[in-house]
Amino acid sequence: MLGIADPQIWLAYVLCILSTILCVYYGAKNWDKGDEPVYPEDVTWAEDEKKATAEN
Amino acid sequence: MDNFTILTVVVVVYLFVVAYLGWYGYRKTKNATDYLVAGRSTHPYIMALSYGATFISTSAIVGFGGAAALFGMGLLWLTFLNIFFGIFIAFVVFGKRTRKIGRNLDAHTFPEFLGRRFDSRFIQGFAGITVFLLMPLYASAVLIGAARFIENTFAGVNFNTAILIYTLIICAYVLAGGLKGVMYTDALQGTIMFVGMLVLAIYTYSTLGGVIDSHQALTNMADKVPAKLAAIGHQGWTSMPALGSPLWWQLVSTIVLGVGIGVLAQPQLVVRFMTVKSSRELNRAVLSGGIFILAMTGVAFVVGALSNVFFYEHTAYKAISLVVAKGNIDSIIPLYVNSAMPVWFVYLFMITLLSAAMSTSSSQFHTIGSAFGRDFFEKTLFHGKQFLYTVSLTRVGIVLGVVATVILGYNLPGSVIAIATAIFFGFCATMFLPSFVGALFWKGMTRAGAVSSVVVGFFGSALWLLFVHQKESEALGLCKLVFGKPSLAAGTVWAMVDPIVVILPISFVVAFGVSMWTKKMPQEHLDACFKHM
Repeated sequence: MLGIADPQIWLAYVLCILSTILCVYYGAKNWDKGDEPVYPEDVTWAEDEKKATAEN
Repeated sequence: MDNFTILTVVVVVYLFVVAYLGWYGYRKTKNATDYLVAGRSTHPYIMALSYGATFISTSAIVGFGGAAALFGMGLLWLTFLNIFFGIFIAFVVFGKRTRKIGRNLDAHTFPEFLGRRFDSRFIQGFAGITVFLLMPLYASAVLIGAARFIENTFAGVNFNTAILIYTLIICAYVLAGGLKGVMYTDALQGTIMFVGMLVLAIYTYSTLGGVIDSHQALTNMADKVPAKLAAIGHQGWTSMPALGSPLWWQLVSTIVLGVGIGVLAQPQLVVRFMTVKSSRELNRAVLSGGIFILAMTGVAFVVGALSNVFFYEHTAYKAISLVVAKGNIDSIIPLYVNSAMPVWFVYLFMITLLSAAMSTSSSQFHTIGSAFGRDFFEKTLFHGKQFLYTVSLTRVGIVLGVVATVILGYNLPGSVIAIATAIFFGFCATMFLPSFVGALFWKGMTRAGAVSSVVVGFFGSALWLLFVHQKESEALGLCKLVFGKPSLAAGTVWAMVDPIVVILPISFVVAFGVSMWTKKMPQEHLDACFKHM
């Protein structure tokens, strides 16, 4: 299959493509899901991250 | 204008564009809230490519691509794990919780994440110092990958000069603030990498007669496997090595499992999850992330394997890739691109590799610096007190990291990129994966359980590499010096088994066992960790 002798190799080849399709399907299906409010912890984290990035 | 001048101009223009985008991105995020909500206005394409560009480096393209020329298409199992674990599981299962817990604990580095989750300064300090000591190995793999291409592309530039050139470029990039406004530079670099690898795949398949015919040509070359490789299990480039042979263990345990699983506990990648605005951005990034990794490692490994067909059929070479590269697998992809591809593509591939290397190197050196300055000194030795010189210590850490990386780059032997990367990824898995999984999913994991697992993971892997896994124990020589033989397990299957296969399960068992018998984390601490979840 696919010019490849060993089924273990073409299985890997096919799984690479199938797992990419899984990623595309999941990403498209959940494109607008998972938006979250900004909590006070998020703001503190962002301020500290900004400080650390600026210092470095 | 000669090719050398054109190539130099292309590289200089590229570096200016990268510098401009870095400055532009940094200027755009004026205050903390802007920084936080950047995800709201940033296109998901930019978001996703930023992850991919940090994940994939010259190590993956040049080093592992070269390994595919040796091992064959069996490396595609690593591409499968890269996509399934490195993107899908990492983003969907690990990423979302990492982001929330990291924010709740105000953690900014991976050692800090583990340290705060288990309320342990020891973990942060120990993880910090081990990352600082071990990451130069991985950074040198990226450096060597870039240098091998420069060496093979610019006539008259030798490997040592190539290392120096790349180090100067990366130093300027990191000192100018490589991580500031990183989204736009990463997205540009990710786009160049994507286009470069796509062209490489299409061109290679079409010159060799199409997908199936080129695979078939490679299959038909099985009888060209050198006797020395056949004796250790090589059965052709479209077959897995013989089950249980030395080559099989190296491919499956070191390369595929070491890197495929180790990616889940990579310090420079885990922090990326904390920077996104919400789980929605992670959902979106899964889409382009999967395609991106397929285009990177999938293409590199297929092209690496198929380079054997090109070189064997080419009248000027009439030999397999390993022979053409004089036994150094790190030179195979650079040689293939320079021999098989048109000149314009060599320019494109030069900036593809510069993009791949720079985006990874900059985050490696920042991780090394913060592991040294923030995690080890500020948070652990100075008990969290900030001093003026903490910032300087981070910079000292970066400088020490660069120096260590360059020294390793000059001194490591050939064919080392994939192995050096796999050793670092393996260490990260055995040291951090059990406590990271526990940190995210098991409130019953205790501080003692996490500490034991990190310590067992580090020392277990180190001892296994020094005294059992013959590929390293023989090269390092300590086992020979102490026990008079290259490996304590010489002549048995254990001498071929990578530490990840043995030490990772032990590290998990230790984490679980110790947690069952030691004091649980206080409920209020757990409530703070898992807030809003």
